[in-house]
Amino acid sequence: MSYKAKFRVWRGEGGEGRLEDFTVEVNDGEVVLDIIHRLQATQAPDLAVRWNCKAGKCGSCSMEINGKPRLGCMTRMSTFAEDETITVTPMRAFPVIKDLVTDVSFNYQKAREIPSFTPPSDVKPGEYRMQQIDVERSQEFRKCIECFMCNNVCHVIRDHEENKPAFAGPRFLMRIAELDMHPYDVADRKDAAQEEHGLGYCNITKCCTEVCPEHIKITDNALIPMKERVVDRRYDPLVWLGNKIFRRSDAKR
Amino acid sequence: MTQTTAENTARRQRAQIKERTLRTDQWWRYPLVTFIIFMAFLIYATWAIFDKSFFVSPYHAPFASPCLAQATCPEEARLFGFAPFGDWYTLPPGLLILGLPAGFRFTCYYYRKAYYRGFWLSPPACAVGEPHRRYTGESRFPLILQNIHRYFFYAAIVIGLILAIDAVKALIGKPDGLGTWILIINAVFINLYTLSCHSCRHITAGRLNHFSRHPVRYRAWGFVSKLNAKHQELALISMFTVMGADLYVRLVAKGIINFPFA
Repeated sequence: MSYKAKFRVWRGEGGEGRLEDFTVEVNDGEVVLDIIHRLQATQAPDLAVRWNCKAGKCGSCSMEINGKPRLGCMTRMSTFAEDETITVTPMRAFPVIKDLVTDVSFNYQKAREIPSFTPPSDVKPGEYRMQQIDVERSQEFRKCIECFMCNNVCHVIRDHEENKPAFAGPRFLMRIAELDMHPYDVADRKDAAQEEHGLGYCNITKCCTEVCPEHIKITDNALIPMKERVVDRRYDPLVWLGNKIFRRSDAKR
Repeated sequence: MTQTTAENTARRQRAQIKERTLRTDQWWRYPLVTFIIFMAFLIYATWAIFDKSFFVSPYHAPFASPCLAQATCPEEARLFGFAPFGDWYTLPPGLLILGLPAGFRFTCYYYRKAYYRGFWLSPPACAVGEPHRRYTGESRFPLILQNIHRYFFYAAIVIGLILAIDAVKALIGKPDGLGTWILIINAVFINLYTLSCHSCRHITAGRLNHFSRHPVRYRAWGFVSKLNAKHQELALISMFTVMGADLYVRLVAKGIINFPFA
């Protein structure tokens, strides 16, 4: 079975551009990225789209389909009505290079700002001993394919470009949580999360979780636990007193 | 065709799409329904605070429990006879304690999501532009105060316990009463909601990095985590049960509901 679908695709270089209308053939089992490729092959040979694995694992084909951040390769055409007009635009939070391809270097910049895994100085490589239950939480966050749709949908930067210098976005706050929960990481992540990476900007409206193609519970398992850890450090005098009395440190827990 | 490079100003621009959102689904339903439900709850709670029919033996309306004022609380309504507020206090007793459960819900991570979306439209829905020109979130006053959530959690544990005691008192006084079972159901859901709280999850063991060194706390964390996955549902169900139980007791106290097993 095939039918003709109506597509509106953003065309343009840099910020300027327009939605261009196309009528294009759709076959059974196809996804939006297939249709974009058909447009390239038949009607718009210079249409730019970033893609790679076509299996939802490389995180390259992030785009906005009918206004929602989605992976083009994981959005089945069968989820749309045949008479529906499907609008495809680039991710809104990042500058456009051409058509559907955005410049996501903001994310690489933020990744570089987070200090890497910092083991205790007296533990040498090869001496790490930890049980599965100690690292399970962090492993959920390692599923991230870096499609950056969570950072794209987060209204803190999506609607407020001026917040970009102060806010790392859910993807990298999750990275901080991953390291802070690691049994062998001794770097101070809590103050840094709040002061340098803008954890306080997050108002936990959970859009990052809603769009995550890996179904990582970013808000519940990373951002809120990280907020609670910051509360321990900065806003809970009882915890502070307990740490002083019992001479506890984060690394010992 | 003009080539764009990293240095080009055009390259630094987002797509200049004029529409606030291109979503075609009914994204406005969640904030609208949230707004209506929460407004109904707020209106009911305001009425309930000033309504005086909060006790009819052995039922105690949850919005006025514990009753701490000597002037307005019948002897039987006091928790173990405890009423520290003397005759000088003549305002509704609910005013004395309602701040604690209200504070717990107001600073709750689920409710924050819901009212930031439904009331403050920040954002109204995912990938829908918010109307505010500036945004600092919870990074500064007043919203930085949301970080006191765990203190309200401690208070909510006590309130949950008191509601459970009220339910047991009703069970002893009138085991076949419909009101008794309404209060029991309410106490169960209030306590489940309290235990499913993100702060509770953090305190049980979420703050630890070595679960393997604390097996008991780890098991508790696993249990709370399962409840926590249903936090939103429990928040809403408990909101309806507490409102329903409170209204039921008041209607019985007013004599509007008066069938034999009420």
